[in-house]
Amino acid sequence: MSDNKATADSVETKIAPPSRWNVALNEILSGSIIISILSVVLALVVGAILIIVVDPKVATASGYFFARPLDTLGAMWNSAFGAYSSLFQGAIYNFQRPDFAAGIRPFTETLNFAAPLIVAGLGVAMAFRVGLFNIGGRGQMLIAAACAGYVGFAFDLPPVVHLVVAIAAGLAGGAVWGGIVGLLKARTGAHEVIVTIMLNYVAFYLISYMLRTPGLLQAPGSNNPKTAPINPNAVLPDLLGSSYNVNFGLILVIALTVLVWWILSRSSLGFQFRAVGENPNAARVAGIRVDRMYIYAMLISGGLVGMAGIIQVLGTVPSGFSSGIDAGIGFDAITVALLGRARPWGVFFAGLLFGAFKAGGFAMQAAEGIPIDIVLVVQSLIVLFIAAPPLVRALFRLPTPVGEPKPVSLRKPKLKAVAR
Amino acid sequence: MSAPVVTPENSASMPVQPAASSNVIVREKEAIRSWKAPISFAVFAALATVLFWILGKDGTSNFRLSTDTDLIQINSVDLPALATGIVISLALILITALSFWLSLQKRPTPIWIVAIYGVLFMVGFLTWAGVGESILVPGLLLGALGLSIPLIFGAMGGIISERVGVVNVAIEGQLLAGAFVSALVASVTGSAYVGLVAAMAAGMLVSFVLATFSIKYLVDQVIVGVVLNVLVLGLTSFLYSSVLTQHSSELNSPPRFDFIPIPLLSEIPILGPVLFRQTIIVYLMYIIVAVVAYALVKTKWGLRLRSVGEHPQAADTVGINVYMTRFWNVSLAGAIAGIGGAYFTLGSVGSFQKDMTAGAGFIALAAVIFGRWDPIRALLAALLFGFATNLQSVLAIIGSPVPSEFMLMLPYIVTIIAVAGFVGKVRGPAASGKPYIKG
Repeated sequence: MSDNKATADSVETKIAPPSRWNVALNEILSGSIIISILSVVLALVVGAILIIVVDPKVATASGYFFARPLDTLGAMWNSAFGAYSSLFQGAIYNFQRPDFAAGIRPFTETLNFAAPLIVAGLGVAMAFRVGLFNIGGRGQMLIAAACAGYVGFAFDLPPVVHLVVAIAAGLAGGAVWGGIVGLLKARTGAHEVIVTIMLNYVAFYLISYMLRTPGLLQAPGSNNPKTAPINPNAVLPDLLGSSYNVNFGLILVIALTVLVWWILSRSSLGFQFRAVGENPNAARVAGIRVDRMYIYAMLISGGLVGMAGIIQVLGTVPSGFSSGIDAGIGFDAITVALLGRARPWGVFFAGLLFGAFKAGGFAMQAAEGIPIDIVLVVQSLIVLFIAAPPLVRALFRLPTPVGEPKPVSLRKPKLKAVAR
Repeated sequence: MSAPVVTPENSASMPVQPAASSNVIVREKEAIRSWKAPISFAVFAALATVLFWILGKDGTSNFRLSTDTDLIQINSVDLPALATGIVISLALILITALSFWLSLQKRPTPIWIVAIYGVLFMVGFLTWAGVGESILVPGLLLGALGLSIPLIFGAMGGIISERVGVVNVAIEGQLLAGAFVSALVASVTGSAYVGLVAAMAAGMLVSFVLATFSIKYLVDQVIVGVVLNVLVLGLTSFLYSSVLTQHSSELNSPPRFDFIPIPLLSEIPILGPVLFRQTIIVYLMYIIVAVVAYALVKTKWGLRLRSVGEHPQAADTVGINVYMTRFWNVSLAGAIAGIGGAYFTLGSVGSFQKDMTAGAGFIALAAVIFGRWDPIRALLAALLFGFATNLQSVLAIIGSPVPSEFMLMLPYIVTIIAVAGFVGKVRGPAASGKPYIKG
């Protein structure tokens, strides 16, 4: 014991600067990548506990826990493992299929779910970087979907042109709906949180009205509040043939991610955005027209969120849409943007992860009967843990990197006796 | 000798005495000529003139002012639609003119004028929309109050939390947690009162997480709030689908609060049955709003709370523990919002449903900002939202002359115009949203 301690002490005193290996290890352990991985693990563990607690099989087995404790443990393992293996097989790769082409299908489902999440997340993230909180994803998506959808089924244009015009109409719709918020914020100082929430309702009722009115959005000869199917010329083409669900929207999303990255970190507009987001007063003093930046940012943000609606209408469900077309993506996008820390590529991977959860969640619900809501719990826990690295470090006893703010102690500091 | 300086502030109360002016500090207020209020008024006055007057319909609208069970019966009122429309349109135009005159004098339009304008507009609107129909006024108001109650509790929670410096986007989560836990606990124990206490505890629990993450771990408060909403939604929906639906008779059939009519007060015509024939939650709401409105500006607690929210460094310097003040007041805010959640299950619906708050927390947040972080204004804003939401059920009965969706849209458009026109640039508590790091 004492020998060990002595050697440890001497080693420590001998090597004054820690070895390069040590520094590297420390950086990895305290870095953001390991925090992210551990956050996902933690969230999955909490999710597993929830699944186990409500599983009736576990409850039955625990009734005779003291007679046969292994039964309870076995039931617990089966419950959690069954859930997560079906989640994985529904999101990434299904091992029960005979060949690779069929086995990889779930991953294309993930990509399909991820595309609108990513692009809507980019929109919310763009607003975040300017210091605006865009909760209006639902309204922007609905308006964009209506514009793109109307052009999609009512016009008759040659193949590529039709798609381009439909997308442009949708982008314009989303941008205008977002731009109203920026304009009101810039001109009258109206708080964007109120305006976006209110515009969600306005858009919903507007679309509901148009969907049940013949000649506007309602399919001719139908009484349902649903549109006609999109003209084949305006449908986003399948990327991998008709046996997979993934469409050309994914390529657009990747291109938009690059574009947003370029705007935010390479263009002068992005520089002004970030300056306003960091400190609007300082930005104004520096000669940046803060009001204009709000308008531009909300135009772009609305357009990006609208793109999610366009992908839904022209890609995911081209058979005509109803007022539920937004599918909650407008709100999910906020979480995606937060998880991605409002960085374009962060949002991209956050959207992929959430798309995987969505695809896998449906498979899990079908196979194991576990409500898909557990996915919401796991997703929100991941964001919560990633946002609080000190908590994760404390739980796993990881070193705190130099220069990082330490968690605040809430207690009153004890007064030390002052030597006189 | 020297002419007294007439400013909006002292002209009403007392003339300035030249002798005293040297030692009395006169608060100077920058007179700003704002055209937002008159322009907004003008828009609505024009709308009213077109709808109620030019497009006005012949016929009468019937307003029933008392229900059959009331002690004092008031005869119903028949309003001739066109004549009422003309009178109201003229009144609105007059108020608009007054507002223009006030703006010319560089004086703001007082809030009570806005309130009168709003009430007049609504009377005109209902008379116009309800031609040939009968509208039960107490029923309209009762429904409006019922829909406002969770919003009011949520808004009070939001105000306390934001005034102490923690942005509370998690109101939705607090409401939902309160609704879920109160239904569960009240069903198991068989007592609605135990359920109410449990709802407060649940709201507080959500607040503990919000406070711990935002104060201790310095996580962005908006992020924690948004994520907590999703977390609570996921947790309650998961438990609802997997546990409550299978055992709904034991776990999801809570007793509901009884209506307690207050003697005498409940017999006041029109307002009595609406305000004083209610459940304990509603009476609690009156008390909480009054206490918060008074205590926030008149007590030591309120002063400390606001100082921490406005300038934590200064508060710390004079010996206030910023962290603990924030932590416990955010928890208190959660408990208050939790009561609002209990209203969903123990007060109105009677059982928990998936996502039953349906965005009420966000509307409450809008009420907080619309009400400029002031309890009374936020109360009015919440009542406005409740009234607007209730209007759709009334319009569904009497039938509306324009497509119902546009009627349903109207309250939200009014809110946008009001926020852009009357509220304008709002300034929240200065340190709200900023974590405090002791330097």
